[in-house]
Amino acid sequence: METPLIEFREVTKRFDEKTILDKANLSIYENQITTIIGKSGSGKSVLLKHIIGLLTPDEGSIFFRGKPVHDMKKKEWEGYRSKISYMFQNNALFDSMTVLENIALPLRQTTNLRKKEVNSKAMSRIEQMELTDAVGKYPAELSGGMQKRVALARALVTDPAIVLFDEPTTSQDPVRRNVILSMIAHYRKQFGFTAILISHDIPDVFFISDRILLLWEGKIGFSGNYDEMTRLKHPMIDEFVKSIEGLRDELTGLLSKEMFRSRYALTLSGGRVDTTITAVLFSLNFDFISNVLGPQSAIEVLKAVGEHVNKYFSPLGGFSARHSKDKILTILPHIGIEEGWQLVHDIARELQQTALPEIESLAKGKIAADGCFEIFVYAGVTESSSADDIEQIMKKAEAKQEKIARYQCGKEGGLK
Amino acid sequence: MESTIKHSYFWLFINFLGKRTMKIINNLGAVTVFFAVSFLKIFRPKQIREIVQQVFYIGAKSANIVILVGLFTGMVLGLQLFYTLNKFGSEGVLGSVVALTLIRELGPVLTAIMITARAGSAMTAEIGNLRISEQIDALYTMRIDPQRYLISPCIAASIISFPLLTAFFDLIGILGGYLTGVVLLGVDKGAYFYRIHSYVEMVDIRGGFIKSLVFAVLVSTICCYQGYFTHLRTDSYGAKSVSLSTTSAVVFSCVTILISDYVVTSFLM
Repeated sequence: METPLIEFREVTKRFDEKTILDKANLSIYENQITTIIGKSGSGKSVLLKHIIGLLTPDEGSIFFRGKPVHDMKKKEWEGYRSKISYMFQNNALFDSMTVLENIALPLRQTTNLRKKEVNSKAMSRIEQMELTDAVGKYPAELSGGMQKRVALARALVTDPAIVLFDEPTTSQDPVRRNVILSMIAHYRKQFGFTAILISHDIPDVFFISDRILLLWEGKIGFSGNYDEMTRLKHPMIDEFVKSIEGLRDELTGLLSKEMFRSRYALTLSGGRVDTTITAVLFSLNFDFISNVLGPQSAIEVLKAVGEHVNKYFSPLGGFSARHSKDKILTILPHIGIEEGWQLVHDIARELQQTALPEIESLAKGKIAADGCFEIFVYAGVTESSSADDIEQIMKKAEAKQEKIARYQCGKEGGLK
Repeated sequence: MESTIKHSYFWLFINFLGKRTMKIINNLGAVTVFFAVSFLKIFRPKQIREIVQQVFYIGAKSANIVILVGLFTGMVLGLQLFYTLNKFGSEGVLGSVVALTLIRELGPVLTAIMITARAGSAMTAEIGNLRISEQIDALYTMRIDPQRYLISPCIAASIISFPLLTAFFDLIGILGGYLTGVVLLGVDKGAYFYRIHSYVEMVDIRGGFIKSLVFAVLVSTICCYQGYFTHLRTDSYGAKSVSLSTTSAVVFSCVTILISDYVVTSFLM
């Protein structure tokens, strides 16, 4: 069995008489995105601060690769801490320093690099985070989203192996929230760090998470992936997750995954379908768009697809939900497969003519003069029997997927 | 019955007094350890740049106010002492009296109070603000020792700046005394400087220098300590705690300057 990267064994933390962590046990594995969820004030930040050493447990131990961190010698402890970065909920940027100074600070203070090397490394992170225009500005002069990117750049400038994110999407709108989460997923792939996130933004955060830990009354009440969690029939999950998930996905306006499941079950049990239903699965080249045009463009394309799906299918009794970062599944109980394809092509035409060209303005400045990119939207329409569960329907539809809309740059580098 | 009540009030008072004393002793211990650790961290690598920045901020930027206060202190001393000495026909010693008063006493004390008001309060407010906005925690997470990065440069810069500004204050003050005594009231120019040269000894200058060093350590430690632990205040939170810490830092620093001035003077006499 794989040794956890970080492990809590029976960790207890009290503040005065209040027990925040009560013999908590948890494991965090390398190269995964682990999301910690829990009620407000349940001790999520306390848990994160234990990992980096801002707090120490009253009882129990924390292990790094099987070694107790609090028994480490000074040099080992410093080595352990050098692997970790922390992105604060309020960013904790130094307001008297410019963006460049903020990002360069950890390198300037903890390495023996020359000033030129420090600046060059900081500048490369600034360029990756698309902050070049803000390089000489102070944090107070930046928008909330830009401040988040500066905080992320500062957290990543030392090439950490583990990055702790304390509510990185708090008080952001649905688009910005998804952009930040996509950014985290994107940079985790690019730089290969292990991410530990605290977030209340359900379901958005689940689409990028490999594992979810639910902190409940000082203990880890659940650990596993999103699908395992949604299948788990437990009052704790009902009370917490389903209460904050909401009825609709705020980004796309589609049903939440939980509502989609209920509606699907209702459709089948209501006898409104005999043996077959039509299902449509939409997806897009999300990672490619995110890499080339930035996470915001990818989120905007996804949002546009969601809105069009809703606009065309809802009046016909169809219902849809985002099932992963870039997949939208629609169930059409009263429509045949031919008519389904016809509707899909109508959506594709409108997307191609109106929504996708709007990405041009977002993409400005991100594409080199001779650069080229393509946006693809895929769809697959399938017939499915009432005996199929949602996962089986998705697999069938995926097998039928084809490109339905395409937006491509020209040889001149512009969009057409 | 009445005597029992009086008795219990007495013990309550003793209890309160004991608790207050223990708290003061604890705080004194904490401040001493805080200073000792911060002082040792002055000698860690990568400190020069931060110290130079703080010398500029605490020292160079306080020069204007020190010049202004020094000039008028010297001028008013010149006026008052001329009036007093004239009664005894001793206005010829005006230079030496002005110089000794400034070098031994007023220079170090007033400079320290001026720097407390200008730079000490700013130190507390800035460090306190860094604390409540988690920027000190952020430094820790970046493996930057906050005490080494924030506190040690302030203490080092104060140790460098206080004696220099005090010397500056003394010189400007003597010049102020010259302006009123010699230029306005007609004391002999030669006598003014001759008396300074004759009566001011190295021991006087050394005494003033020692005082300014003591004040530098006290002011910088008190101001940084108040800011650094602003989050531990039990009487307020957030911005209010920073404002109260700043007030406490200025009040404690000024009171400590005057008390320690007496103590140091009594040792130097």
